Amino acid sequence: MVIETQGLTKRYGRVVAVEGLELRIEAGEVYGLLGPNGSGKTTTILMLLGLTEPSAGQVRVLGLDPAREPLSLKRQVGYLPDSVGFYGEMSAWENLSYIARLNGLPPALAKARMERVLERMGLTEVAHRPVGAFSRGMRQRLGLAEVLLKEPKVVILDEPTLGLDPEAAQEFLQIIRSLKSEGITVLLSSHLLHQVQAICDRVGLFHKGKLVLEGRVEELAQRVLGGAYRICLEATPLNGLAERLQALPEVSRVQAEGQGLRLEATQDIRPQVAKAVLEAGAALQSLVLEQPSLDEVYARYFQEVRHAA
Amino acid sequence: MQHSSTSRRREGSPWTGLWAVFFKEMADHLSSTRMRILEVLILLSAVGAVYAGAQTLRQTISEDPFLLLRVFTAAQDPLPSFVAFLSFFLPLAAIALGFDAINGEYSRNTLSRILAQPIYRDALLWGKFLAGLATIALILLALFLLVVGLSLIFLGVPPSSEEVARALLFLLATLAYTGVWLGIALVTSVLFRSAATSALAAIAVWLFFALFWGIIAQLLAQAVAPFDPFNPESELRQTEALLAFSRLSPNTLYAEAIQALLNPGVRSLGPVLISQLEGALLGSPLPLGQSFLLAWPQLTGLIALTIGLFAVAYVLFQRREVRA
Repeated sequence: MVIETQGLTKRYGRVVAVEGLELRIEAGEVYGLLGPNGSGKTTTILMLLGLTEPSAGQVRVLGLDPAREPLSLKRQVGYLPDSVGFYGEMSAWENLSYIARLNGLPPALAKARMERVLERMGLTEVAHRPVGAFSRGMRQRLGLAEVLLKEPKVVILDEPTLGLDPEAAQEFLQIIRSLKSEGITVLLSSHLLHQVQAICDRVGLFHKGKLVLEGRVEELAQRVLGGAYRICLEATPLNGLAERLQALPEVSRVQAEGQGLRLEATQDIRPQVAKAVLEAGAALQSLVLEQPSLDEVYARYFQEVRHAA
Repeated sequence: MQHSSTSRRREGSPWTGLWAVFFKEMADHLSSTRMRILEVLILLSAVGAVYAGAQTLRQTISEDPFLLLRVFTAAQDPLPSFVAFLSFFLPLAAIALGFDAINGEYSRNTLSRILAQPIYRDALLWGKFLAGLATIALILLALFLLVVGLSLIFLGVPPSSEEVARALLFLLATLAYTGVWLGIALVTSVLFRSAATSALAAIAVWLFFALFWGIIAQLLAQAVAPFDPFNPESELRQTEALLAFSRLSPNTLYAEAIQALLNPGVRSLGPVLISQLEGALLGSPLPLGQSFLLAWPQLTGLIALTIGLFAVAYVLFQRREVRA
């Protein structure tokens, strides 16, 4: 177990930021800590690193207590904060070499590693330019370069894709994914659920300081959405179509959506749906099987919680 | 019990990474535009003051065994003395170096990244403080050598070893005085999130002690020890109260310390009664050891104040959340 928490709680005055968190992350996993802004993700991360003190509960990262053994912990754990900043008047190289010195790396080793991480992040050409002129994407890559500089066993990334354009975000996520093949455990937080769901082995969904759902994306979809198969169709006219489709035995739910309908089914029943639509005398314009998305899992879960309350 | 007490202790040394922070901050200071401006200001004023001082000294022909020390303290009318210049500019220089020490890391979003490295917060704060102090020590030393060199050229009299020793002690006192202002700037940089507010607050403290504390000390002394025209002892008591109150200001401590160190003729920093002067050879210089003893309480006061302010900044910073 690389990261383990027991009853981890953080209160700011009367506000509870994180409550009774039980987190278990195994070596080599990519774990996504997901949830809306202000749901306690960053606070959890800061507690894992010993940068803020828990109000209650226990934390072990690589078997170390962040409050008592912060130095050996931070030597092995890399952290990329959500709004990563650098000394703007210094070059990328100088920024990295400061971090290397703070880590106590001997100069020769530091130089070799800096060259390697800059190369890997595609920053070799701009290494001697002041960071002040860097774009958001370059800063983010420099941040990851810095994290890799200490050759960490665990990497913690807070909102790694925030503020990146879709292409840069995908590229960045692929780099994160590649860390897994090096045996690095990755914990990342994000509120952009759909963006990170593809690279996470497991995810934990946060809501108001609590971990409400945890597991593999498909499992969660299965559990929360009832059926993992969602079929979107567009057809005209829609009159009476919903009732007809609801009558199919595999369909668990039918919802109107824009010009069409959205079905949830226990199996891929596209042929049956097409047949039913045509039998109803409507013109079928499109029929798509949708991959389950975490956004939906999240939204649905809270819909149900609200209904239950 | 044994086990729990050992496991509660923090691992490793709080100084890990101190020198990395120190050298980075010092390099920042020395290459910053802020520093260039200060250097030019201090340099101009020093050269001006020494030149004016030397001019005054050349016109007086009387024999003086402490010529170098006179260069520091002599003033020619529009220009104040070198010492007066220093006590005016150095607090400003210290504030300029320290006012954004911690809040600058917040506003650049670098703090969480730095603290995620294997160092304690102690190292960051100490590194910044020591870098500021070392930068000022460097300027002071350069300035001091410049002044000694210039006065050699202007006056043509080599300083005696006692003069050099006194001048070096004066340098030490000046460094302690600057440390106080660096401490104040460090505290405001932890207290206030905005660098502008922090700078303003530190300058407000400086103005308070430079301009208002004298008046306030007088009022306080009058309130604590009212003057009774029929009781001569009450006058002494009031003077002593005034001295005690004004010594709460680092400016007074510094002024007194350098008065004792640079003027060997000074025998007391407080009121002296006629009876105490019986048998004294007025105007005859004190030996270095005695002058140092005279300035000792002021010196330790300045150093203690510096340490105290650093401790306040330390406690505040340890409790501060990393997140803005």
